[in-house]
Amino acid sequence: MPRPGRLLVLHVVIGAMLITLLGRLWYLQVADGPAYVRAAAETRVRTVAIAPVRGRILDATGLPLVANRTVPVVAVDYMALTHQADGGRAVLARLAEVLREPYERVAERVRLCGGEVRRPCWPGSPYQPIPVAGEVDVPTALQITERQEEFPGVSTELQPIRTYPLGPAAVHTLGYVQAGTGQDGLEAGYDRELAGTPGRRDVVVGSTGEVAHVLREIPPVPGADLVTSLDARIQQVSERALADAIAGARRRGLPADSGAAVVLEAATGRVTALAANPSYNPEVWTGGVSQREFEALPLASRAVLGQWPPGSTWKVASVAAAAKAGYDLSASYDCPGNYRVGDRSFRNFGGLALGRMDLREALVQSCDTIFYRIADELWADRRDGVLGEVAKGFGFGARTGVDLPSEAKGAVPGTGDLPGHAANFAIGQGDVLVTPLQLARAYAAIANGGTLFSPRVAKAVVRPGGEVIRTITPPSGRVPVPPDVLAFIRDALTDVPRTGTAATAFTGFAHSIAGKTGTAEVSGRADTSWFASFDQRHVVVVVVSQGGTGAETAAPAARAIWEGISL
Amino acid sequence: MTIVRDPHLGGRSWVSAGRGWAPERGGVDWVLAGVAVTLSGIGLLLVWSSGGAELARRQGVAVGLGLVAMAVLARLDLRVLRSFTPVFSLVAAVLLAAVLPLGDRVNGARSWLDLGLRFQPSELAKVALVLVVAVPLAHGEHGPRARGVLAALGLAGLPIGLIMLQPDLGTALVFTATTAGAVLVSGASKRLIAGLVLASAGAVAWLVTVARPYQLERLAVLLDPSADPDGSGYTAAQAKIAIGSGGLLGRGLFQGEQTAGGFVPEQHTDFIFTVAGEELGFAGCAVILLLVTALLWRGLRIAAASASPYGRVVAGAVVSWLAFQAFVNVGMTVGLMPITGLPLPFVSFGGSATIACLAAVGLLQCVRRTRSAIISG
Repeated sequence: MPRPGRLLVLHVVIGAMLITLLGRLWYLQVADGPAYVRAAAETRVRTVAIAPVRGRILDATGLPLVANRTVPVVAVDYMALTHQADGGRAVLARLAEVLREPYERVAERVRLCGGEVRRPCWPGSPYQPIPVAGEVDVPTALQITERQEEFPGVSTELQPIRTYPLGPAAVHTLGYVQAGTGQDGLEAGYDRELAGTPGRRDVVVGSTGEVAHVLREIPPVPGADLVTSLDARIQQVSERALADAIAGARRRGLPADSGAAVVLEAATGRVTALAANPSYNPEVWTGGVSQREFEALPLASRAVLGQWPPGSTWKVASVAAAAKAGYDLSASYDCPGNYRVGDRSFRNFGGLALGRMDLREALVQSCDTIFYRIADELWADRRDGVLGEVAKGFGFGARTGVDLPSEAKGAVPGTGDLPGHAANFAIGQGDVLVTPLQLARAYAAIANGGTLFSPRVAKAVVRPGGEVIRTITPPSGRVPVPPDVLAFIRDALTDVPRTGTAATAFTGFAHSIAGKTGTAEVSGRADTSWFASFDQRHVVVVVVSQGGTGAETAAPAARAIWEGISL
Repeated sequence: MTIVRDPHLGGRSWVSAGRGWAPERGGVDWVLAGVAVTLSGIGLLLVWSSGGAELARRQGVAVGLGLVAMAVLARLDLRVLRSFTPVFSLVAAVLLAAVLPLGDRVNGARSWLDLGLRFQPSELAKVALVLVVAVPLAHGEHGPRARGVLAALGLAGLPIGLIMLQPDLGTALVFTATTAGAVLVSGASKRLIAGLVLASAGAVAWLVTVARPYQLERLAVLLDPSADPDGSGYTAAQAKIAIGSGGLLGRGLFQGEQTAGGFVPEQHTDFIFTVAGEELGFAGCAVILLLVTALLWRGLRIAAASASPYGRVVAGAVVSWLAFQAFVNVGMTVGLMPITGLPLPFVSFGGSATIACLAAVGLLQCVRRTRSAIISG
């Protein structure tokens, strides 16, 4: 038997191998096992978010302004596509063919936004299904589901999408939804309540991403409905009146580039209607918007983002300031054709001399020169600060705090620097800027005896079952103007539609309202046409940019809205 | 351990003793056969779990053929087998050479030959190698001289060279380990073995010091393209995850989620041990490793009991082959060894490999059967 020790070497080697492997296995499976169990779960389990049904937006009477409809939506799994050999090119090409769209259109929607990538692109997470066709017909959807092997990573799902039963009504105020998130208007302002809570589905997947089975599913909690104070009918009437006024102004050769109309509840500060022009149809959001289309969309609501010099509608603040400075409201003042401030001559509107009148009549006839004189006198006495002070007391130069995500501030400039600034300021010219909503809430304060509201569009958040989660009340403050001055202004403005500057527009109008025209001159552009009006219940403000005089364009539009309200 | 036995006394003396004076020939080692069959059975289940019923059926056929081969070899006389070795080796060498121009490329290496039946000539060549290197090494009482060892190295070098041309580094290393084991147990002098060890250590040291790490990596990929085909360590990571998630007792046969998801590439072949790891846990893995060890131990017992140097070298070579292949395979699945395309003996899916391993057990049985016969070198 030659060298039996050699076999011993093999015994030892084999024993060492066994011990080494067992030790390593113990370390992997028992000592470190839990970490590998976790790692295994991570490679295996994918979590898919289940979108909750978004809450509806209702008008004051319960009519839905935004609702949901369940449609077959073709969605693409971005991660699955990128893991395909050609990055999903072939699948998208087949998909484009089925959807009867050019390949580029489909491919654009699937790429992720960010960096150099411009719309259309997917602004959401790459792990969410990306909708590529907003609403497909059932045969198309079936074609994709039945030929699943040709469309790996493409799914057709019934998904709730936003619908707009009243079309473009209040589109700016409602806002829009992209990638499940409210992007503007009420959709953004109340996104948390409307969105609901997403559910989740944990699925076990294989190494190529195919779903083996569902591990667990937590259903989504649907979003709450938002009840607004908007009145769908008045909203539509306002939009039509505004559009007609703009069309009419254009027929008269004016540019009339944009405009807005605001209807508030005078006593509560709630928004009844907010119309803005130009507008757009919200159906564009369902199909996916190209970068060019997106940039061309008039997304800004002129009712809260538009700001113009207020013209004579501003005189209500100037009268209040004059009263505060000690001017007698019922004294007699001369209304000449022009008034000299320093070496400049300030013309009355139209250059007409209207004779002597009190401040009531100065409002009704919209005499400018009386206000020039008062402001000039205050400036000379270094007491012109009262003008800006009272204007700010009416809420000008500050955001109204309305429950919409973006709003312009307007401007209340200083009056002290140069002679003439104060005079211009007193008639709402120069650098004074207001938004239609600011003007509307100031007139609401006049109408309701001095309560200045931070307007609210939303009234209540309500669960789908009807249970009220919370009610929303417009916060308010007081206008620093005595009640008798407000009563004086109210009384004076009742004559404007009857015998004053808006008499022509309101000829034969049965209802008794108060109002004030405004015609703001902007150098190099056509005049801004304003009409601010109220009765005990409502405030209606209309503005048409480059729309001519308040009497010719805004006042008739306001009359149309009033006729709609009093129906 | 010193095993000094009267060649006329059987290794299994408790059996032989009953028969009085030792028979000329030993019987079948039923423990060895049982362990081989058990391992093949476990392999079948694991293949079923990871590869499905169809692959399990095909593996079942391979196990059946392997058992036939085992039984046939066990019944042969080692002297007869030895006389066929030159022809057998020639056939294996021709097939190995034929695979280079004719073979199918799998994972970058040409190792499959399709002659109506698709098989791996390198597996057949392992059996041939065991038989052929033993011829010059089986030399009397005091082991082979330098000439015999060199002859054995030359005989092994031919298939190793052909396999490196496929290229398949893993299998070439199995051949090398088998030859080394054969030289070791042949009783070649310590000086000779020390010289060989020094020479190969020198070669490896030269390679490591001269080459830069990235060159070694490139060399490794060049020699063994099946190692980490993604180049990302994905296979190694997934193998560890599958095994580690099995814990102490495993998730149960057919219950492995990682296995069901197909996360480990080549799972039913080279990475079958990951199925055991996930589904049978540490306990199941330990059983498999103990079975393999038991099989090797029986092999060494047969080598020790063999009276003929030829039988002893053949048995030692078989044990070295299976031990090396099993250790490297399990080692790579648990992250101790680089990934090379080697199957786990008896357990992995693969017809040629399974038949070759069971045939190797047949060789051990054959050695045992003929242990008392003196075959001179």
